[in-house]
Amino acid sequence: MASLVVPHHFSATEDAETLRKACQGWGTHEKPIIKVLGHRNAAQRKQIRQAYEDLYQEDLVKRLESELSGDFEKAVYRWILDPADRDAVLANVALKKSSPDYHVIIEISCVHSPEELLEVRKAYRLRYKRSLEEDVAAHTTGDIRKLLVGLVSAYRYEGEEINAGLANSEAVVLHKAIKDKALNHEEVIRILSTRSKAQLRATFNHYRDDQGTSITKNLLAERPDDFSVALRTTIRCLNDPKKYFEKVLRNAIKKVGTDEDALTRVIVTRAEKDLKEIKEEYYKRNSVSLDIAVAKDTSGHHEAFLLTLLGKEE
Amino acid sequence: MRILIRSCSVIVSMFFRFAGHGVDERTLITVLGKSHPEKRKSFRKATPHFFKEDERSFERWDDHRIKLLKQEFMRFKNAVVLWAMHPWERDARLMKESLTEGPDSYNVLIEVACTRSSEELLGARRAYHSLFDHSIEEEVASHVHDPERKLLVALVSAYRYEGSNLKEDIAKSEAKILLNAIKSSEKKTQDEEVIRILATRSKPHLKAVYKDYQEISGSTLDEDLKCDLRLQETVQCLCTPERYFSQVLDLALRTDSDKSTKKALTRVIVTRADVDVKEIDEEFNKLYGVPLSKKIEDTANGNYKDFLLTLIAKGD
Repeated sequence: MASLVVPHHFSATEDAETLRKACQGWGTHEKPIIKVLGHRNAAQRKQIRQAYEDLYQEDLVKRLESELSGDFEKAVYRWILDPADRDAVLANVALKKSSPDYHVIIEISCVHSPEELLEVRKAYRLRYKRSLEEDVAAHTTGDIRKLLVGLVSAYRYEGEEINAGLANSEAVVLHKAIKDKALNHEEVIRILSTRSKAQLRATFNHYRDDQGTSITKNLLAERPDDFSVALRTTIRCLNDPKKYFEKVLRNAIKKVGTDEDALTRVIVTRAEKDLKEIKEEYYKRNSVSLDIAVAKDTSGHHEAFLLTLLGKEE
Repeated sequence: MRILIRSCSVIVSMFFRFAGHGVDERTLITVLGKSHPEKRKSFRKATPHFFKEDERSFERWDDHRIKLLKQEFMRFKNAVVLWAMHPWERDARLMKESLTEGPDSYNVLIEVACTRSSEELLGARRAYHSLFDHSIEEEVASHVHDPERKLLVALVSAYRYEGSNLKEDIAKSEAKILLNAIKSSEKKTQDEEVIRILATRSKPHLKAVYKDYQEISGSTLDEDLKCDLRLQETVQCLCTPERYFSQVLDLALRTDSDKSTKKALTRVIVTRADVDVKEIDEEFNKLYGVPLSKKIEDTANGNYKDFLLTLIAKGD
């Protein structure tokens, strides 16, 4: 469930005016920005951008970009974009790093539904005039490239039907691939990047039933290289995204100095989806609420914004 | 007696044209339909490849011939059904058939994946979900083996950028990469870079790469890929589709071609009638000295022929 709290009454024009006022004059008043944007869903934000453009002949996104700064600006920029566009931007940023953030690409391609992933690919083409798979392929090499291009290009079947025999045989294939010193990447990549999610979950369950431990634990034990890390991320995103995001948050907060980027990314991208359940997962695992952890580790407007998205009452 | 012999030979020649494409329904009705029992007996005796003398004193239909005849009668029906189909369902079924038939038919997979627009290919993938309860990439990945698997999975999964924006310097450098890959003795279908370039770049970009390649190598990219049939087909479909289709049609229109090669006639005309059949007709004329429509007029028969010619003329 979404953690975002949205009011009953909504007027795009009023909101556009509030935001305009917040950006005028000396400095910027962040509080009204947080109060408005932090309580609007994607459809409403789109209407606000349109209303702002109609009233003031200016792009609200560009205006906020120039008025705000730091982690707060990054968070608001990501938040205000359409979800598909946002993911396209996140993917591009991840690829352009000198050492690309594979896990962001994996997250985007594995957590979304096939239709949502398609929307991201469309948004990416629109924004960057190249296809997403083109850029992923050009910025990666070897097995990582094969895996990521496969994941990003997938248009998985969405039905719940599973073939138990196939799940069994592919669990064996995965097991052999992990055990063999010459890891048969081709088969692993084929299975992970083409099968439907329901089929894959059945396969992972079969694996656990046969081997006694989960496939991700075995991957970790056998070989700690980049490709295996990517495989683990893929499997975890496909199998149980909420648990996966809980771990990302936990690691982001635990880190000395906090990984602001990861924190912001998870909260902004999941606030309208399943952040509430991720919060519950976090509490179960860490015995402290996510709100408190975020408050401790962030500050200022950035903190206020994140807490608003987390559903904090005024 | 003379009339008997003459109409016999008409029927025989008409039957011989069955070796080709479709059935001359008119002649069958007017000549065979009207014939007396003795005429039909003479016909049976005069065509030993259709009828064999049975030990019990009657001329018996050859079973294999009946099968071939059935195929020829079905051409019109197949063309009509395929034509009426939604393009997405059409392409999904073509891809499924190609997978079922095996490696000799993989060219159809490449054809569908590379000659359709990004949205059309996407639609075909959607239809595939509905028709077959799996994704196309799933089935290609599990049915096709290396060395072709990587290439084919990548091609059916592509969602290429379709604008005209392209970077000249990248096109030049990728032409060089392809040249190096071709020069090296390594198996080209396994080459990561070749697959990356062919399966992810936009078509305008690839056409620029094709041009640059010709400048630095002297020969064209598909000529140099002669020993790698799949890669050659891929390049032809992506960069020179009208020429590719003309060549496929030429082979399909030969009387001695096999069943699946001949099926291409229906497939290409039906799938390109709304797209670029006029350009294919021109290219065909350039390559073979005769317009496509004339070649079909001379080679095909009956309703099947009329249907194909109507589809081609539609664009006028």
